[in-house]
Amino acid sequence: MKQNSPVIELTNITKSFGENTILKNLNLSISDGEFVTLLGPSGCGKTTILRLIAGFEQPDEGRILLAGSDITDQPSNKRHVNTVFQSYALFPHMTVFENVAFGLNMDKMSKSEIKAQVNDALRMVKMSDYADRKPSQLSGGQQQRVAIARAVVKKPRILLLDEPLSALDFKLRKQMQVELKQLQRRLGITFIFVTHDQEEALSMSDRVIVMEEGVIQQSGTPKQVYEQPANLFVARFVGEINVLDTVVEKHTDNGFACKIEGFSCEIHSKKRPAEGSKVSILLRPEDLRVEELAKAEKPEAGSIFGRVEETTYKGATLESIIVLPSGKKLLASEFFDEEYEEFDYKLGQDVAISWVDGWEVVLVNE
Amino acid sequence: MNRFFKSMYMLMVYLFLYIPVIILVINSFNSSKYMTGWKGFTLDWYSKLASNTMLLDAAINSFTVAFLSASAATVLGTLTAVTLYRYSFFGKKLLYALVYVVIMSPDIVMGISLLVLFASIKIELGFWTLLVSHITFSIPFVVVTVYSRLSGFDKNVIEAAKDLGADEMRIFKSVILPMSLPAVAAGWLLSFTLSLDDVIVSFFVTGPGYEVLPLRIFSMVRLGVKPEINALCAIILLFSLVMVMTSQFLMRERK
Repeated sequence: MKQNSPVIELTNITKSFGENTILKNLNLSISDGEFVTLLGPSGCGKTTILRLIAGFEQPDEGRILLAGSDITDQPSNKRHVNTVFQSYALFPHMTVFENVAFGLNMDKMSKSEIKAQVNDALRMVKMSDYADRKPSQLSGGQQQRVAIARAVVKKPRILLLDEPLSALDFKLRKQMQVELKQLQRRLGITFIFVTHDQEEALSMSDRVIVMEEGVIQQSGTPKQVYEQPANLFVARFVGEINVLDTVVEKHTDNGFACKIEGFSCEIHSKKRPAEGSKVSILLRPEDLRVEELAKAEKPEAGSIFGRVEETTYKGATLESIIVLPSGKKLLASEFFDEEYEEFDYKLGQDVAISWVDGWEVVLVNE
Repeated sequence: MNRFFKSMYMLMVYLFLYIPVIILVINSFNSSKYMTGWKGFTLDWYSKLASNTMLLDAAINSFTVAFLSASAATVLGTLTAVTLYRYSFFGKKLLYALVYVVIMSPDIVMGISLLVLFASIKIELGFWTLLVSHITFSIPFVVVTVYSRLSGFDKNVIEAAKDLGADEMRIFKSVILPMSLPAVAAGWLLSFTLSLDDVIVSFFVTGPGYEVLPLRIFSMVRLGVKPEINALCAIILLFSLVMVMTSQFLMRERK
């Protein structure tokens, strides 16, 4: 289904505002029909990338290619790229219909053709009944739909979405995420979606690009980014994670031996960092297994144990903070299941912690 | 008690502001020629005013200049405001500051400097010099009114228009102008009023061949206030009232 020819290529892009270098020698290529999310904290340059593609900003260096042709110097009104803005940016003095028709009017299309296409677009975003309203008479979610219709009616090669859901409440946001995903599949247009919400990024995209300070930290499927973070920044930014710093002591048959917070452990890993090198062992809270220990019970040799400090009921899961003897705190998140519907830990309970071999991520620290 | 003083205070302020105006309007209907006391209701002064051709000519001149100067200032001022808002260029801040300098500078300075200008390039004082001067002092007010409206815009709206394929001309015509229309109209009304009641600048820059209303009244009252002037002022007052209400209405529309 997916074509592999890149629809947009950014090569060696550098962009600064005054003294601030926002993007430094950035390269990015996005395939036709992909749903790509740019994820990162505010100020990481993700919105700048969008504005460069849209043509609102000019790169200091580098070229931008759209479907193979250089558009670096093309003004935004000539690019086959459209934007959905965070603030919706609807024309307040026009009706919903006129807003959606605006772009087609610019293309000098015939009146009847415009009418047909606008109505199609409004039907697609379920806003047909509101064609005669002014934007001020619509709710945030409805305005967002109009903004999307106004952009897709132009049939762009790429649709740029700049944190379009951030102003909506939780439930509506979830609903719009699903609708946007479906819309993208139906239209087959490349979507470039900017967000700082990692959950949104993971649930919607074919590919997530994690950015920090103008540099791409990792680019991969949501699963790759979550399960095999390329570095500590990605690991920490995408979801909760426990980071345990340690030193490789010696190689073993299946991995290497090391001391984690004072406990001797063997890590089963294909990675074999050199003996003596510093590594971080990363564990997602949901990958930790917590077992209660009876008062006098001695923990098994080689396992890690600690004490429950805090538990938080999260509906579907129970989150516990466990303090290790070294003072290090770990976050564990466990699902309630049928057998243990009532499970909860007493504060101060001694527990042993383990995980399935191979589920940890080993990062070698430079 | 506290409330009583508050309302009394308000009442005093408003009485102070409006008593002269009220007396003027009452006197325009007073049959006493010397305004020494109420001698009965009359509309004589209004009919006398209607037959005072010199006064009426001056009034027509005033309205002509006010209309033309307000229209020209609105076009120039709106374009200036859009330029200042839309584009960044060297000296932009200085330009904006200069707009305020004209607003702040006393009329007398404005009047004399314009007079010196016209004298030095040897233009005969009259309609054209008056018109140019009025346009000059009105432009900054339009710029400020329109600019403040523009800076309240979401900049993304203009970017959205561009994104959807509009060139600069279309952005101006289809987005910026309709959205700033209330401020443009308010700017026009403001300029119109400023021109209509300007005495000082007009005094310096008009010639004997083109007399405007405020100057005509000014020269008439040198020989004592005639009741027909009360009548004229009452009419102008009514006119200003309508203007103020219209501009208030337009400004409220912005929300």
